[in-house]
Amino acid sequence: MYGFLIGVGVLLVLSIVWMVYRIQTLVSVVKGSDKKIASGSNKVNAILFVLFLLASGALMFWYSIKEFDNYQLPIASEHGVVTDSLFWITMAVTGVVFLITHVLLFVFPYKYQYKEDRKATFYPDNNKLEVVWTAVPAVVLAGLVISGWMAWSDITAPAPENAHVVEIMGYQFAWEIRYPGKDNVLGDYDYRLITASNSHGVDFTDKNALDDFPSPRVVIPKGEPVLFKIRARDVLHSVFAPHMRLKMDAVPGMPTRFWFVPTKTTEEMRAELNDPEFEYEIACTEICGRGHFGMKKVIEVVEPEAYQKWYAEQKTFIQQNPALAEGLSADVKELAEIQLRESKK
Amino acid sequence: MATASAAHHDTAHDHHDHEHHDNFITKYIFSQDHKMIGKQFLVTGIFWALIGGFLSVLFRLQLGFPDLSLEFLRPLLGGWIDETGKLDPTFYLALVTMHGTIMVFFVLTAGLSGTFSNFLIPLQIGARDMASGFMNMLSYWFFFISGVIMFISLFIKTGPAGGGWVIYPPLSALEQAIPGSGLGMTLWLVAMVFFIASSLMGGINYITTIINLRTKGMSFSRLPLTIWAFFLTAVIGLLSFPVLFGAALLLVFDRSFGTSFYLSDIYIAGEALPNTGGSPVLFQHLFWFLGHPEVYIVLLPALGITSEVIATNSRKPIFGYKAMIISMLGITILSFIVWAHHMFVSGMNPFLGSIFMFLTLIIAVPSAVKVFNYLTTLWRGNLVFTPAMLFSIGLVSFFISGGLTGIFLGNSAIDIQLHDTYFVVAHFHLVMGSASFFGMVAGVYHWFPKMFGRMMDAKLGYVHFWLTFIGVYLVFFPMHYIGIAGFPRRYYNWTNFAFTDMYTDLNMFVSAAAIITFASQFIFLFNFFYSMFRGRKATQNPWRSNTLEWTTPVEPGHGNWPGEIPTVYRWPYDYSKPGAADDFIPQTVPLSQTPESNLPHEQEMVKLELEIMKEEAEVLVANESKH
Repeated sequence: MYGFLIGVGVLLVLSIVWMVYRIQTLVSVVKGSDKKIASGSNKVNAILFVLFLLASGALMFWYSIKEFDNYQLPIASEHGVVTDSLFWITMAVTGVVFLITHVLLFVFPYKYQYKEDRKATFYPDNNKLEVVWTAVPAVVLAGLVISGWMAWSDITAPAPENAHVVEIMGYQFAWEIRYPGKDNVLGDYDYRLITASNSHGVDFTDKNALDDFPSPRVVIPKGEPVLFKIRARDVLHSVFAPHMRLKMDAVPGMPTRFWFVPTKTTEEMRAELNDPEFEYEIACTEICGRGHFGMKKVIEVVEPEAYQKWYAEQKTFIQQNPALAEGLSADVKELAEIQLRESKK
Repeated sequence: MATASAAHHDTAHDHHDHEHHDNFITKYIFSQDHKMIGKQFLVTGIFWALIGGFLSVLFRLQLGFPDLSLEFLRPLLGGWIDETGKLDPTFYLALVTMHGTIMVFFVLTAGLSGTFSNFLIPLQIGARDMASGFMNMLSYWFFFISGVIMFISLFIKTGPAGGGWVIYPPLSALEQAIPGSGLGMTLWLVAMVFFIASSLMGGINYITTIINLRTKGMSFSRLPLTIWAFFLTAVIGLLSFPVLFGAALLLVFDRSFGTSFYLSDIYIAGEALPNTGGSPVLFQHLFWFLGHPEVYIVLLPALGITSEVIATNSRKPIFGYKAMIISMLGITILSFIVWAHHMFVSGMNPFLGSIFMFLTLIIAVPSAVKVFNYLTTLWRGNLVFTPAMLFSIGLVSFFISGGLTGIFLGNSAIDIQLHDTYFVVAHFHLVMGSASFFGMVAGVYHWFPKMFGRMMDAKLGYVHFWLTFIGVYLVFFPMHYIGIAGFPRRYYNWTNFAFTDMYTDLNMFVSAAAIITFASQFIFLFNFFYSMFRGRKATQNPWRSNTLEWTTPVEPGHGNWPGEIPTVYRWPYDYSKPGAADDFIPQTVPLSQTPESNLPHEQEMVKLELEIMKEEAEVLVANESKH
């Protein structure tokens, strides 16, 4: 019944529109306005441009100011401060250009709308002007590029020696975390070794792998450099930690990396935002299939002391699942067994 | 000198004067006439624009109204609506993928370039037809076949390709990763092969026609900017599409023949694949080597159309004709060396990122020059707001708004945060999506009288413009905020993350705006088809324009001009010339006839011109005596 009523309503509206359209066509034919170069609509359009400029400009400023705290995510890394200041400098520069060009673009139509008794100014070129507005953007852009390049070089420079290493592996549709353990060296891995109990494909014949441990969340210390070693085991993924201003693709067959220095612990951020539930999050930003929108991992930033304590308490892969040590060569197995004994104490 | 060499008049075209008697099939279906082929591209492009737009409405429903039951779509989408009335997440990705593919390739490449290059090149350079009418016909029909294959892929059981329009492997290579990478992806690749063949045949035709078939006096420095734009677009397409073909071919090998160009170290669905040594990043390089020039393939024709429309309706010469050409040349060259700015965080060497950041921001300079030149063209003009003019001004606005956000994204340090967020979506939908779309619509309004001999209704055009212009901004401007807040692209919903668990109101607003904007396109559709048959009869030169197409009969027949092809004596932008009685002087008016308005350097050319005309008259007499 509703469908029928809606149908009738739509039909009515359409027929009214149709009649208005026919009437205005006939009126314009009678008035002969279709023969004129510019009818009264010309003025209406000219005014609408100015109205559009004022209304949309007001809306933009009002919303940008009102919502600032919502869309401006708090920054929690050292380089994030740099990239955000670059962002806002660029915003200022482009904002000025945006406003000036749009004011001109919408005021000119009003000011120079068609008048029968006026002739447009024949003004085909002016090389001086062209040079000016080639050179000025070039200089301004050069400034932006150079500051961007300096920031980019710092961010992508090799990680400091003392960086805390965390391996993040993406797969459909989650992340898995591996820490290098006491030796601070991640053990080898091979995708062919992946099994249900060894989801990372860690190669336990490598001694460095024996003390590696998994973690359900990324725990990192505040104020110290952290190196994310990123890889994927099936399709492309991308590690995105918005508060850290961090993003790097996870590529199967090609490990990638991103290092940074977190500046605020989770607790500090909770206090700052007055949100006791707050967590730093990692999301996936490279389309990877059905569950792309749900690849969440929590980052917990803690004080360095708390980090050391937490780090020492973690159980290695082998301690969690002694079966992984089976079939290893004698010397490696011995090391593994020492570990197992220690964990039982 | 071009005018002098062109003076050797050839009579080879004279047989065109005889009336052709086409039957329905040769006239409307397998036509070799460039005007009909242009119209075929246009109508097909409109069809695809509707499909592409409709797909976007579907996924905007999901994003704006995540709790809405989509049960009412079940008759159309069947199993893609699950038991709870929700859109299937895999199908959501397929929708996004097909929306992108359709809009970029079928609408804004074929629908825009295909329509206006075909329709306008011979008319504006003074040629009887394209260099090869047959190849031109093939170009359309390859596009048609490509469309049919892509259309079929929408209806198969596993769904169409769903790995994003960029089809990055391994996702696009492995059926285990997403069902759309099975048959759907195969059909996508086959369709693209036909599409690439089509655009290459079209491109070769455009280039040869422009180089070889210009009429007497139509030197490159007298070409309308539309033709310059189509020419450079065709060059870009010719150089970049084969690379996409190569990339797609290697992907086919990886998918079907067990090679490892893009695949390495993959464990999926409980199985370690044998592929090693390939690189997914290689595909990205190859893809964007086309993908970035492609942006200019869709944008340049729109800018060319706009230049023509703005000059005509400002009653002023386009400001900086030479600067416009040089900017377009600059954009053409630079468009090939900026591709890796799509890949700053792909894991490629950061040093490459630095290089591409420099190159990318250089391309902003010619773009800025173009904007300033448009503004100066409007300055002190005598502006007539035809619907085409409104859409052209709209284009300039989008080009500014979207272009400026490109400066953020081209800066690799800033791009770390913004990459693959809604900021990017806002950026390219404004600068290449909406701007090119507006260029296309402006072209349709402007050249409709030439296409169909009738006028489109201006008032409906105004309503269409204002609804669309405001609508597009309401859809894409809010996405900047969402993007700065870090919302990732291609997300089925945002409730899984605390940092994106907001802006439900803004997303609802965007979706509502998108639906209204889509709906208002039906005003255009009505106007288009109604005016085709019932619109007011057009006059020969309704916009009082200078270019050659307006010297043809109202409805040009086969061969375009019934008699001789007119000779060109001046550039196409002599609007409101001081001293002239009218505010426009068509390109066919000799300088010797307008001593009152000639500039000093033109006055010097009059003598030369008279000599050529005399010579020509002799040739003409000689030809006459032969008959």
